[in-house]
Amino acid sequence: MTGTSEAGDGRIGNWKVGVVTSIRRESASGRSITIDVPRWGGNIAGQHTDVRLTAANGYTAVRSYSVASAGAGDRIELAVDRLPTGEVSPYLVDTLREGDELELRGPLGGWFVWTPQQTESVQLIGGGSGIVPLMAMIRSHEASGSTAPFRLLYSVRTPLDAFFRAELESPSANLEVTWIFTRGAPSGWSRPAGRITAADLEAHGFPAALSPTVFVCGPTGFVETVASALVALGHEPNRVKTERFGGA
Amino acid sequence: MAVISRGFVGRGGEVNPDLPAGQYLTADFPVLSSGPTPHIDTVDWQFSIRTDSDTLHTWNWEELHALPVEDINTDIHCVTRWSKLGTSWRGVSLDTLFATVKTTDEYVMARSYGGYTTNVPLADLLGGQAWIALEFDGAKLDPEHGGPARLLIPHLYFWKSAKWIHGLEMQSQDEPGFWEQNGYNMYGDPWLEQRYW
Amino acid sequence: MTEHVDGNALAGPLSDLFTFDPTTASARCAGCGDVSVLARAMVYGEPDTFVVRCAHCDDVLMTIVQTRDRFCIELRGMTWLKIPR
Ligand SMILES: Cc1cc2nc3c(=O)[nH]c(=O)nc-3n(C[C@H](O)[C@H](O)[C@H](O)COP(=O)(O)OP(=O)(O)OC[C@H]3O[C@@H](n4cnc5c(N)ncnc54)[C@H](O)[C@@H]3O)c2cc1C
Ligand SMILES: [Zn+2]
Repeated sequence: MTGTSEAGDGRIGNWKVGVVTSIRRESASGRSITIDVPRWGGNIAGQHTDVRLTAANGYTAVRSYSVASAGAGDRIELAVDRLPTGEVSPYLVDTLREGDELELRGPLGGWFVWTPQQTESVQLIGGGSGIVPLMAMIRSHEASGSTAPFRLLYSVRTPLDAFFRAELESPSANLEVTWIFTRGAPSGWSRPAGRITAADLEAHGFPAALSPTVFVCGPTGFVETVASALVALGHEPNRVKTERFGGA
Repeated sequence: MAVISRGFVGRGGEVNPDLPAGQYLTADFPVLSSGPTPHIDTVDWQFSIRTDSDTLHTWNWEELHALPVEDINTDIHCVTRWSKLGTSWRGVSLDTLFATVKTTDEYVMARSYGGYTTNVPLADLLGGQAWIALEFDGAKLDPEHGGPARLLIPHLYFWKSAKWIHGLEMQSQDEPGFWEQNGYNMYGDPWLEQRYW
Repeated sequence: MTEHVDGNALAGPLSDLFTFDPTTASARCAGCGDVSVLARAMVYGEPDTFVVRCAHCDDVLMTIVQTRDRFCIELRGMTWLKIPR
């Protein structure tokens, strides 16, 4: 094989070099990472970016990460959950430091997005790190002063595993937040800990009759369960948009 | 100019002299899937070899198990860069299955339940180099890893070891299978790092 | 990845080749005739290799293999792609 990886990678592609400006702890395994990316040029809520890591010998690994921020500007926020056996997420969570450079491609994807022009009711359903693109929608919703009714169902193992917890505990006027704890609920919590069910969607989600737009995001298994339950509850499949993160 | 990620090694960033170039050692058994996992009941399962003379040799689950089942201890190398050393399998040797098959063709197209295909020279299936594997690590092969039965050709990259094997078709020429049509090497020797065209 | 992700994930790899966002384009499955945006297709594979399947019938719509010096795309599974502009 001829050519180095630099030659091969440099010929095509739109990689930009960002600089990490801050890292915040979201949970034991989660960090949000703020990055200045010259020429990023802003993004719509729900879009993602590809991150490329390069080892000293030229080996590269690429993964997708949703952007938690939305709007104009060249500063973006990502939030990453560490998978113990993973290749890229442990690096981003444990090794990456302020001031490090990171190669990114994006903003990407024009389909799993929400724009303030949309006035219909919006149901957001996130599992684990699947909150990330939904957070961008919540922030865009608030920043634009949109009066579109928003509801969020956020499923996490325990309260300590939640990303953006402080922000979600004091939601804005047009947003309702329902927490689902799968492993451990706070004492006195009425719903016993357990995985999300059709009953949760029915009790706390907008009814299908209202024709809300529904965004579902999280591990593939979570998204599969929720998407089929929504369709069974009468939601129009075309109004249910999904973003599967992979994994079981 | 690529940016070197400070402190990043990754799976391909370290050279392991015991492994083929570009491989890393793994303790688990990653799954490379190109589609949904088919679930095949062994009652309906069938394996066949179709020859140039258009003769079909078929075995059902019981007939296959009536043949000698061998213990196999081998290293495996996946094109997605993981290698596993000393894996243990049980399966029926393709020498046994080809014993009654007459053919002048030198190439084989392996076909799987679910539609996957991969091409191999017949010579690589014979001489104690390939099996229809039925067990991995002392347990029957689970569907994720190709169960009820998969091809096992450990001296080639693992995409040649077709999961959910359904049959072999003899061919006079080496035609490309699913991955081989799409950029993967026709032969796939890990020691020569034959990943792509 | 063991489990599939959504066609949205193709936006990055395909941005190397297309000037438009292909994930919002509609594709017609050659197998079952279903018409869907690529963002709804099922994407299997590894970061350098993708098998894109119809969410309706599981048939292969497209495969993408990125090697060091080439990009192999097969589109046999779709009759057409309609791109908004
Ligand atoms: C469009 C898109 C957006 C994404 N956005 C985010 C995001 O905002 N935040 C975030 O943390 N992740 C996000 N992901 C997931 C991310 O791309 C990586 O898959 C994840 O970080 C794991 O990468 P890794 O290299 O650490 O693990 P890998 O080395 O790729 O995988 C290690 C093991 O974990 C399994 N695995 C892979 N993904 C998951 C998963 N999600 N859950 C459980 N097991 C898994 C694999 O099957 C494998 O066995 C997104 C994925 C997509 C497709
Ligand atoms: Zn189809």
